[in-house]
Amino acid sequence: MTTMEIAPPERAAKNPGLQTFLGRHASLMPTFAALAILILLFVGAQIYFGNFISARNISALLLDNAYLLILAVGMTFVIVTGGIDLSVGSVMAFTGILLAKMLGTGIPAVVAVPTILVGGAVIGLLIGVLVQYFNVQPFIASLAGLFLARGLAYVVSLSSIKVEDTSLLWLQSTRLKVGDWYITPTGIIALLVVVVGALVMQFTRFGRTIYAIGGSESSAHLMGLNVARTKVMVYVISGVCAGLAGLVLTAYTGAGYPRNGIGTELDAIAAVVIGGTLLTGGRGYVLGSMIGVFVYGSITTVISFMGAEQSWTRIIVGSLLLLFIVVQRAIVARSERRR
Amino acid sequence: MTRILKHRLFWPLIALAVLLAINAITQPRFMKITVRDGELYGALIDILRNSAPLMLVALGMTIVIATRGIDLSVGAIMAVSGAVGLTIIDSSGSPENLGTVAVAVVVAVLVALVLGVWNGFLVSVLKIQPIIATLVLMLAGRGVALLITGGFITTVNSGPFEFIASGYILGLPFAFLLAMAAVAAVGIFERRTALGVLTEAVGINPEASRLAGVRSRSIIWSAYVLSGTLAGVAGIIYASNIKAADANAAGLFIELNAILAVVLGGTSLMGGKFSIAGTVIGVFIIQTLESTILFLGVPSAQSPVFFAAVVVIVVLVQSPRVHRAGRHFTQAIRNRGSSPVPADSEVAA
Amino acid sequence: MPGQGFTGHNGRMDQAPPLLELAGATVRFGADAALDNVDFRMLPGEVHSLIGENGAGKSTLIKAITGALPLDAGVLTLEGEVRHFASPHDAQLAGISTVYQEIELLPNLSVAENIYLGREPRRFGGVDARAMRRDARAVLSELGLDIDPASILGTHALAVQQLVAIARAISTEVKVLVLDEPTSSLDLDEVAELFRVIRELKQRGVAILFVSHFLDQVYEICDRLTVLRDGKLVGEFRTDELLRIDLVHKMLGHEAAEIRGRQREPAAQADVQALVSARGVTVGTGIVDADVDLVEGEVLGVAGLLGSGRTELARAIGGIDQLQAGVIRIEQKDRHLGSPAQAMSIGIVYSSENRRTEGIVSELSVQENITLALQAQKGFFRRIKPARQRELAASWVEALGIRPPDLDRRAGTLSGGNQQKLMLARLLALAPRLLVLDEPTRGIDVGAKADIQNLVGELADNGLSVMFISAELEEVLRVGDRVAILRDGRVVETRSSADVTVDSVLALVARPDESESEGEA
Repeated sequence: MTTMEIAPPERAAKNPGLQTFLGRHASLMPTFAALAILILLFVGAQIYFGNFISARNISALLLDNAYLLILAVGMTFVIVTGGIDLSVGSVMAFTGILLAKMLGTGIPAVVAVPTILVGGAVIGLLIGVLVQYFNVQPFIASLAGLFLARGLAYVVSLSSIKVEDTSLLWLQSTRLKVGDWYITPTGIIALLVVVVGALVMQFTRFGRTIYAIGGSESSAHLMGLNVARTKVMVYVISGVCAGLAGLVLTAYTGAGYPRNGIGTELDAIAAVVIGGTLLTGGRGYVLGSMIGVFVYGSITTVISFMGAEQSWTRIIVGSLLLLFIVVQRAIVARSERRR
Repeated sequence: MTRILKHRLFWPLIALAVLLAINAITQPRFMKITVRDGELYGALIDILRNSAPLMLVALGMTIVIATRGIDLSVGAIMAVSGAVGLTIIDSSGSPENLGTVAVAVVVAVLVALVLGVWNGFLVSVLKIQPIIATLVLMLAGRGVALLITGGFITTVNSGPFEFIASGYILGLPFAFLLAMAAVAAVGIFERRTALGVLTEAVGINPEASRLAGVRSRSIIWSAYVLSGTLAGVAGIIYASNIKAADANAAGLFIELNAILAVVLGGTSLMGGKFSIAGTVIGVFIIQTLESTILFLGVPSAQSPVFFAAVVVIVVLVQSPRVHRAGRHFTQAIRNRGSSPVPADSEVAA
Repeated sequence: MPGQGFTGHNGRMDQAPPLLELAGATVRFGADAALDNVDFRMLPGEVHSLIGENGAGKSTLIKAITGALPLDAGVLTLEGEVRHFASPHDAQLAGISTVYQEIELLPNLSVAENIYLGREPRRFGGVDARAMRRDARAVLSELGLDIDPASILGTHALAVQQLVAIARAISTEVKVLVLDEPTSSLDLDEVAELFRVIRELKQRGVAILFVSHFLDQVYEICDRLTVLRDGKLVGEFRTDELLRIDLVHKMLGHEAAEIRGRQREPAAQADVQALVSARGVTVGTGIVDADVDLVEGEVLGVAGLLGSGRTELARAIGGIDQLQAGVIRIEQKDRHLGSPAQAMSIGIVYSSENRRTEGIVSELSVQENITLALQAQKGFFRRIKPARQRELAASWVEALGIRPPDLDRRAGTLSGGNQQKLMLARLLALAPRLLVLDEPTRGIDVGAKADIQNLVGELADNGLSVMFISAELEEVLRVGDRVAILRDGRVVETRSSADVTVDSVLALVARPDESESEGEA
């Protein structure tokens, strides 16, 4: 039986390990690029400020951006299927203020927290149903979700509500220290979400179906995969993540505020794209989105260290996003031409 | 009769009429127009005036959507334009001077035009997806606006500048007349030149248009330039209205409202045939809805809930699945008692 | 004799009970029957081919077998049992697997996942990646593929991807394997490898439906074939009993006598300088080193089977695709046709064979479609006056007999024939000098066909040069003054129509050679 030589023999002999690695993980390249940028940022900041890479700073990096990390995980699920969810910032605000209100009226956290998660899930379900069963573009459907959640946030309360409930505040105030490193329960929640998200995407049929839908929805359908249910579920997951983010943000700031999260969905999308996920779907990693969030957070930190205006953060992130997209486009165009 | 029913503008007009009627019945003062010093006042006039920024943005959005694109950056461009304009006036030392104000406005709108050129470049030359291309400016634009204003909300006291949003000409609000002039200009331009039909061709079937010799790159590029420029003018009106440059609040959510107005007016998000008149009606529907909500005592911050309902209703009405269900339903009623409901005659390809 | 029917070519295969059978199959789209009372059967362990030109009903038949389309009439039987498939996945579960021409796999996932997605080995509630890779390696080695199962599918060549698609199909209990144009993107070595795999599957008793327009390959690998034309069954034959030339005859058929021909004057002789001279035209592998001359006042017919390079040549001359090699000389000057607009400005216009996707702008009106190219040429700012547009459109509608003569009607609602006339009107409004028409009469009614054929003749009489491509040989010879015969991406010969007959052209188009009618050795 003859075998087919795929790689030209000489190249295969020279570097079999690299070839195999590239063959298996070609889509990791953008994520590596993001990691490189993150490292560059750290190194550069360290050189410039002298005390950037410290246990305290890195711990703070995680905790200050825990909410964004959770949002980014949910957003990754949606974007890999080729969709988009513009509602997450508003859902985060809505669930946050709802939580604050419920706690304020004496409802125990044990009841309030699951309720807001369900709330996020319901909005996600609405969006998912519109997208899958009514063929509404994800952009418009999640826009409706954005409107709904933002309005509901103000219905709950027109102004901020402070949280006095100790069981919630505990999430943020408790610090588990290891030397100078510290982490709070909110940080642990965020990291847990990342780990669970990554595992689900990589190792469950549900996760692989998400990639399949992003690769080619029609092929996935022909293969008999349950495309409809999966597409709805990713929006539900995004909604639940937004609810969790609301919890974390409320604990972090100690209050619910209906004006929270305006534009945050864009930050989440930017983090996900910078982390190596293609907006067209089919490629991306939860861990990459985590790196993207850290890139975002580091930029914010560097800017505050420099004493410059925070508005630079959005500008730089926007430019970085553009750079990534142009490069992604060039790579896609080149591989298409080769075919 | 069916011709009237099927006319594209029929349902939007009905919707607007219904809204106005609800307001008129529940709030008699709604329809009242008073005249003071030769200037008209009243709830209806307020709607006309307040609709100006959205009208301009939705106008540009209509053309962009017709090319199968979208422009998410219009709110950010509004913020930048307001920031530029106000900063010029503020730092000029002569805010009351008409010349200063004129220069500020022109520069602000030019900056917005350049931003439109940038968007057009990304979409038509680099061939980046419009959502993504304009997302970049949507993110970065507000940051730029904040930088220009130094992070503060710059305020000015300038008579000529305030006139833009609050002044009257021939009894009607200047802002409204400005918006209507833009609508008329764009409308005439699109339909009097070949641009309108060529834009529609590009949006309906880009490949067939290319084979027919249509230069689609210029068409797509200019759509974004127009959108940016109009957003710039809208930004000036907004800034004039609050007499300040608020980089965070300027044009917040306006892109979403503009898209909604375009869709309400009957232009499809998939591109192709567009209707400026439809968009105008769509804008008025949105403004009237906002007034209605306010009148009902709902705090304006909560109004998005109603808009969510509107989006869902519009989208469902336009959805093919609902059409199919509706057809089955009417067929079932017609066949009541006789033969069973005929199977769906569309064969899945 | 019973039991001998399953392997090899020497057994009396026709006596074995069919594995898959369609009886009286009919599929309708609106009023048209894409498939009209067709009988079809596949025997176990045979390689069967489905033959027919575009529009003959091949893809409809395939969709009916694989569960993508329901039958309006007729019965599908698998292993003796009547079946109704609700979806391709349903058919797949029953043992009918398809490898599509547009390899419907997931290029962003690994090879192993593509083989097993939907049926992955499980462990602890999740996917057992290691077991999946191991199983994949086994299946791949059966096909002689030594590739890393964990590698991303998209990093491999199309030929490999195709084999992975086959791997997916055979990793299930497959009874019938449908291969839809499997060799279009393969080179000779890859084709040989594919055939080796097919022969092995035959040994296992799998029935294989090999759909291809490459007749040499059909004759090399297939045992029997079914010929379709216009949705009807022409016949079922053994490849070792049917001469290739007879096959092509059956595919293309003879035109019904009702189509009025127009007797054309033989073209004026060849001292006339060519308007357009193309030399060495090469675009990818579709058309290679082609030479054509197009003369004013003459219709050049282009004949050849599907895949012979007809469309590629047309698109190259029409300025749609860029040349990779060769020159196009217009009035003795070398010109670079960088875009359709550029070609049009020189007077070369192109009408695509894909009316719907590349021709008609469906939501625009008849009038707007007609004036589109002319307007595009004038630019954005100089609009053709509405009255003039009306006049122009009305005159063309009348001249070409476009029905219904409603200028404001949406172009998408017109019938195929009228849409084609619409496209012609648009191009003619530019007063072109060379008209490149790709399959202008495909899929349209007899009356419109005749109209267009007559029109082409009239245009040539008025001094236009026309390049006329069609799959129907009679038409090409009737309409064309000269005919260029294409095969496998090359121009084989160019002759005057008066000097050839349909049969002689058929022979060239199908490439009969000494050994051809023996079947496989």
